[in-house]
Amino acid sequence: MSQTVAAREVSLRPSGHIRRQRRIERGVVALLIMIASSGVIITSGIVISLVQPTWEFFTERAISGYGTEDEFVGLDESAETGVRDSSALEFADESQIQFEEPVSLGEFFGSTEWYPQYGDGDFGVWPLLVGTFLIMLTASIVAVPAGIGIAFFLNQYAKERTRRIMKPVLELLAGVPTVVFGYFALFFVGPNIAAKIWPFSDVGIYSGLAAGITVGLMILPMMATLADDAMAAVPNSLVEGAFALGATKREVCTGVILPAGLSGIMAAIIIALSRAIGETTIVLLAAGSQAVWTFDLGREMQTMASYIGFAGIGDQPVDSKGYQTIFAVGLLLFIVTFALNVLSRRVVARFREVYE
Amino acid sequence: MTTTQLGQSQEAVTLADSTSTSRRSRDVGFLILLWTSLLLAIATLAALLINTLVTGATTLSWEFVTWFPSPFPEDSGIQSALFGSLWVTLTSGVVSLVVALGTAIYLEEFTNPNSRLQRFITTNIQTLAGVPSIVYGILGLAFVVRGPLGWGFTVGAAAATLTMMVLPLMIVATREALKAVPPSLREGSYALGATRWQTVYRQVLPAARAGIATGSILGVSRAMGESAPLILLGALAYVSYNPSGFDSDFTVLPLLIFKWSTEVQEEYRTLAAAAIIVLLLLLFALNLLAIIIRDRSRVKW
Repeated sequence: MSQTVAAREVSLRPSGHIRRQRRIERGVVALLIMIASSGVIITSGIVISLVQPTWEFFTERAISGYGTEDEFVGLDESAETGVRDSSALEFADESQIQFEEPVSLGEFFGSTEWYPQYGDGDFGVWPLLVGTFLIMLTASIVAVPAGIGIAFFLNQYAKERTRRIMKPVLELLAGVPTVVFGYFALFFVGPNIAAKIWPFSDVGIYSGLAAGITVGLMILPMMATLADDAMAAVPNSLVEGAFALGATKREVCTGVILPAGLSGIMAAIIIALSRAIGETTIVLLAAGSQAVWTFDLGREMQTMASYIGFAGIGDQPVDSKGYQTIFAVGLLLFIVTFALNVLSRRVVARFREVYE
Repeated sequence: MTTTQLGQSQEAVTLADSTSTSRRSRDVGFLILLWTSLLLAIATLAALLINTLVTGATTLSWEFVTWFPSPFPEDSGIQSALFGSLWVTLTSGVVSLVVALGTAIYLEEFTNPNSRLQRFITTNIQTLAGVPSIVYGILGLAFVVRGPLGWGFTVGAAAATLTMMVLPLMIVATREALKAVPPSLREGSYALGATRWQTVYRQVLPAARAGIATGSILGVSRAMGESAPLILLGALAYVSYNPSGFDSDFTVLPLLIFKWSTEVQEEYRTLAAAAIIVLLLLLFALNLLAIIIRDRSRVKW
């Protein structure tokens, strides 16, 4: 009698099989935590890779060459391999080293001249900011009304058959690589559209207008899909109530769906704009390689993103101020897009109408 | 009292009047605007495809696919770029799938949806998804190509950079796939005495297989078409040999298209168009595969 009780107590302890299961379970969880932290590691990596060189850009001197003014020796070779001073200093005495002074924040944000690769360099970031803004503006003029229009159509007007055609068209368009859009901007949109519709000046081979239009076409499917999602979230009872009161489809769209889905649509616009700001390849191919201080979309211009790509192609010595601009501009771009993304989440959270 | 009622009825009369004329014409005008925006999307796709086909179709040939890029346009082909794309895309696809799956499983199956940890990681992934691709290029440049790893502009460096870039997308896709598996399946498994990992491994993952596959195919096609971070990473030279390993030089299709588009001579333009046709065919094939998988394994829970 007592023996069976004892045996039962023993059997209540986890068997070897179950204990092994638990070990596996703990191991799996540890492994998954490690993997899941990779996102955090990447984010920290991005911040470090941007902030550290940007700090050097604004605070430290960069060696630009050795030798006197008359016999200027470039540094490309040694900069390439990362050898900065020790070996080079042996044959150049201290006074002969030429430095680039750190760029001041005042110059960076206060000047409208951006020629980082010539001579002493001009580091006023305003041409890039204006270029970014203008191309974003052009893109949004193309994409925002059309995207909302497509979303209205899919949401209220489209029959099943039209939907079945439009959805794949949008998916295909969304899947086209940006370099293909870049080619399209340079060889089709530029000569056939941008050059014909711009009344203010002659549009060259490279123009902000062609790039902006094409960036708008690129973000159009995303804009339409996100706006469609936002509209689909509007409760059906509201829509049906409006129809019951005798509203037409147009009145339902502009009077019910638009205001009720506004938070989602705003968020969609902000996300699409942030994509437009970060677009590199289209602008790099279609808008040329000069950061001109201009508001004329018919001319060449650079955005922050396309400048980074442009500077990456160039062969500037790694330690020069001109090269460090990649990181300073990159940090600025990161901050702008990050702020826009935070804003879009805030808009959704803040202005969401909660329906039962 | 009576005056307000009178006012209301007058208003009603004006409304009824407008129904016949301006209200209807505004409805029609609105519909025209909607059709215009629809046509804009269709026309863009059509113009893009037709323009590319017309320019590039004559250049497209077996020689074009099998020859290597060369300084002479008439002898140019895309073989090394095809293999480069294959290497880079497959590597980043496999690595990012493993990492994304691990993250998604941890978030969906092992943490509480309202826990601070899950909110933190989710916000972080949303942030990463909004980072422009060129910034991933800077990350790759600072950490992988130079800096701590110092791999140079190699297959491995490009794959690592693209892995980091598509990771947020893949995590979102795999999480959606896991979310689509009904809780009853898990509860049934727990009721039979299975542990969490056994439930994930034997029930949830097989059930979410199709969703995971389609999600990762979309991630892979994103990596295959991406050019911006790779432009930043290194040389845009014509590479005339196939990659031999992760430490090998390489080029990929988008880079070659970019390079050819920037050349002045007219011949390069047709080369770029032909290369675009090949790239788009590959991407369409990938998307078709995703659609087939999705349709084949449509399970109603």
